[in-house]
Order: sequence, then structure tokens, then C-alpha cells
Amino acid sequence: MKIVIINYGAGNIQSIKFAIERLGYEAVLSEDADEIKSADKVIFPGVGEASSAMKKLLESGLETVVPQLKQPVLGICLGMQLMCNSSEEGNTKGLGIFDVNVVKFSNQVKVPQIGWNQIDNLKSHLFNNISPKEHIYLVHSYYAPICDETIAESEYDVKYSAALQKNNFYGTQFHPEKSSKVGAQILLNFLKMS
Amino acid sequence: MLAKRIIPCLDIKDGRTVKGVNFIDLRDAGDPVELAEIYSKEGADELVFLDISATEQKRKTLAELVYRVAEKVNIPFTVGGGISSIEDVDVLLQNGADKVSINSSAVKNPQLINDLAAKFGSQCIVVAIDAKQIDGEWIVHLVGGKVPTERKLFEWAKEVEERGAGEILFTSMDHDGTKDGFANEALAKLSTELNIPIIASGGAGKVHHFTDTFEKGKADAALAASVFHFKEIGIGDLKNELRDKGIPVRL
Repeated sequence: MKIVIINYGAGNIQSIKFAIERLGYEAVLSEDADEIKSADKVIFPGVGEASSAMKKLLESGLETVVPQLKQPVLGICLGMQLMCNSSEEGNTKGLGIFDVNVVKFSNQVKVPQIGWNQIDNLKSHLFNNISPKEHIYLVHSYYAPICDETIAESEYDVKYSAALQKNNFYGTQFHPEKSSKVGAQILLNFLKMS
Repeated sequence: MLAKRIIPCLDIKDGRTVKGVNFIDLRDAGDPVELAEIYSKEGADELVFLDISATEQKRKTLAELVYRVAEKVNIPFTVGGGISSIEDVDVLLQNGADKVSINSSAVKNPQLINDLAAKFGSQCIVVAIDAKQIDGEWIVHLVGGKVPTERKLFEWAKEVEERGAGEILFTSMDHDGTKDGFANEALAKLSTELNIPIIASGGAGKVHHFTDTFEKGKADAALAASVFHFKEIGIGDLKNELRDKGIPVRL
């Protein structure tokens, strides 16, 4: 199986690569459109600020490649947010895969949310063998509200999307690569999808 | 619900784990990667690696250690100690660190916080503040608590938040090494006045100190070293006890 992690200069990709290797698979880092298109599984990472990450994606020319992928694609954290219509952060236009706009947490809570929160209302085979209320690791100041494409919920200030899915596209606000055994299982579920 | 975090801190010198008592005498407590894996399995929520070595190879040794930790450990970890530039941070994040912690370099050059937050995002910038009380006033100290500065804790903490830090790691030098509990009054004031997470550090000795720092000190996370390294408190036991006290934890 060929697993490609999109390497567009925005993210802690080393950790994702290691997490995949711990599961017994190999992953390659690539910014080459043909290599990404030929993969069995694609991971779209992202850490940092939305508008500058999107700028890097535009510079790489991959903004038209990602939405057309046919194989399972997993966006992680900011990667997931960039797959949405837009983000309030830096007034950023997203890839429009998920039909939802990313907004900022209110000042009723500490921002960023950093740490382990629970996922609930799990609605996808991405969460096979995962019990509701399990903890996953998140670090974020912006969130995707609950929408038709929500496949897992979490709560901080409000209920929000911990994960999204549309067809072959998946996105997790949390970091499966940093979420201990639970995260490893979720990553394995993704890698085992056909 | 967002869980309160338990964070073992590993002081690193030349690639080995050490822990100072009041930051002065150092004792060897093992291989960092091995210890990190053990803590991760026991249920630690996060790890902090604080590099206190001062050799010329320091940067390379630390980057190699970060890489080895990222390879083995599936929970987030922060790296600190002598980080003073965008390049330093870039190397550590590239090698798999999730967050970096800056201390003296931020006091000497506060603009560094803005620059790092702009380049890497606030979420990975922890500002560590060491302070002790002098004539009833909390004063920020440098060099492991040896050198006082002009800065007052609460003003500096506010400035650090405004400049874009994602989190504050507050160590009370008055409490560190005493095993007599955290500086809960100062912590509660920080947690109330600021809108970013606060990590409590310095003073852990008994399980109830953790309960107190989450309840009275309103801390978002608690960091400790020797009580974990010398197995005086087991992380699993600690988290069970916290849960029994009604504190949200990940089990």
C-alpha cells in the first residue's frame, strides 16, 4: 500500500510518518501531484496559521489536486480546516470540500484549546473499535461547527465537529498521531479503508 | 470535557535525564526515550524535555533526541532549554517536537514570542516563567532561578499572552523542590487574569497537591519531575485519585 503525506511546508509531518510506521506501514512525504494522485491513501496535514498554510498550498499548486482525489484522504487539524469552505483565521478561503465555515472559539473559554477532550456521536467506520467518550488530543483556536458532514462531536465552549466526512474525504480536528492508542486505532482504521 | 493534564518533566543533560533539587544538585534518572515510553504507557498526557546542557553540540544532540522521542512516543511533547531563534524552533519542530518552550530568550527579547507565533502558530509556543516572591512581590527570574529581573510575574504573563504565546508554564522557585504543594494562589490569579492555558510547576510532593492545584490553583495542567522519576507517585494512581475527586482526567 502506498501512503503519501502531502508535504507543502505546513505541519508536523514527521510525527505522522512515525505514527504510520509504528502501525507497520511506510509513508512517503511528497509535494508531487502525480505521486499524490497515485497513492492508495493520502494524508493532508497542517499546523500553524490558516492563511499562511493556504498560501503555501497555493504556491505548491496542489489546491486543485486535493479536491479531485478519489482515494481516501485524511486531513488532520489545520488540514481538515483548509478542506472546509473558509476559515475566520486570516480570512482564508478553503478548498470547499466540507460545506462548513471554520470559526473561532469565544473568549468564554481559554484559547487555544490544548489537551485531551472526548469524542462522541461517532458516525463513521473511521471510528471502528472506538468507544464513545474516548479522549483524543487537540490543539486549536478555531473549529468547524456541527454540520451534515460531522462524524464525531466534541465539546469546548460549544459542541463542534471533531471529525468530518464527505465521500472519500475525512478530516479530524484532533491529532490521531498524538492521541495514544485511540489515535493509533483511528489511523489504522483509515489505512485499512478500501 | 477537556481533561486536566499530567505532565512529567525530564531534565536533559548531554542526552541523559537529570533532575535538580532546587535546580542545583543533579541526579541521574535514566534514558530519556525509555523514560518517555514508560510515562506514555502509564498515562502521562504530555511530556516536557528541558535541555540544561551547555555544550557546543547541544543543538545537534537535542535535535537527535527529539527525533528518537517522536519515533517512539504517541503523545505530545514540548522541548525547551536554550532556544533563542526561529532556526532553533524550526529544527526541533521538523524533528517531531509538538511545542517548544522559551524562557530567558523571551525575557531578553520579547519580540521573539511574536516572531515565533507568527511563523509557527501560537499553539506550539509555550513561554516558561520562573518566579519567586521578593518582599511580597512575584519577580521573574532567569538562569534556573538564580538571576532576578526587573519584571513582575503578572505583568510579564499578560504581555506574553498578548505577544502570542499559546500557553504559560509557571514555575514557582519558592515551591520548586520543596514537595510541599504548588503556588496555588499565584496560579489562580494567572489562570483568572489570562485566557490561555496555565501549566503549574514546582512543589509536587503528594497526590493531594495535584488535586489542590487543579481546584484551588485553577491550573489546566500540572508538571512534576522527581515524584515521577523516583516512583513516589505513580501516574495511573494519581489519575485514578483525581477522577475520584471529580477532576476530569483521561484514563
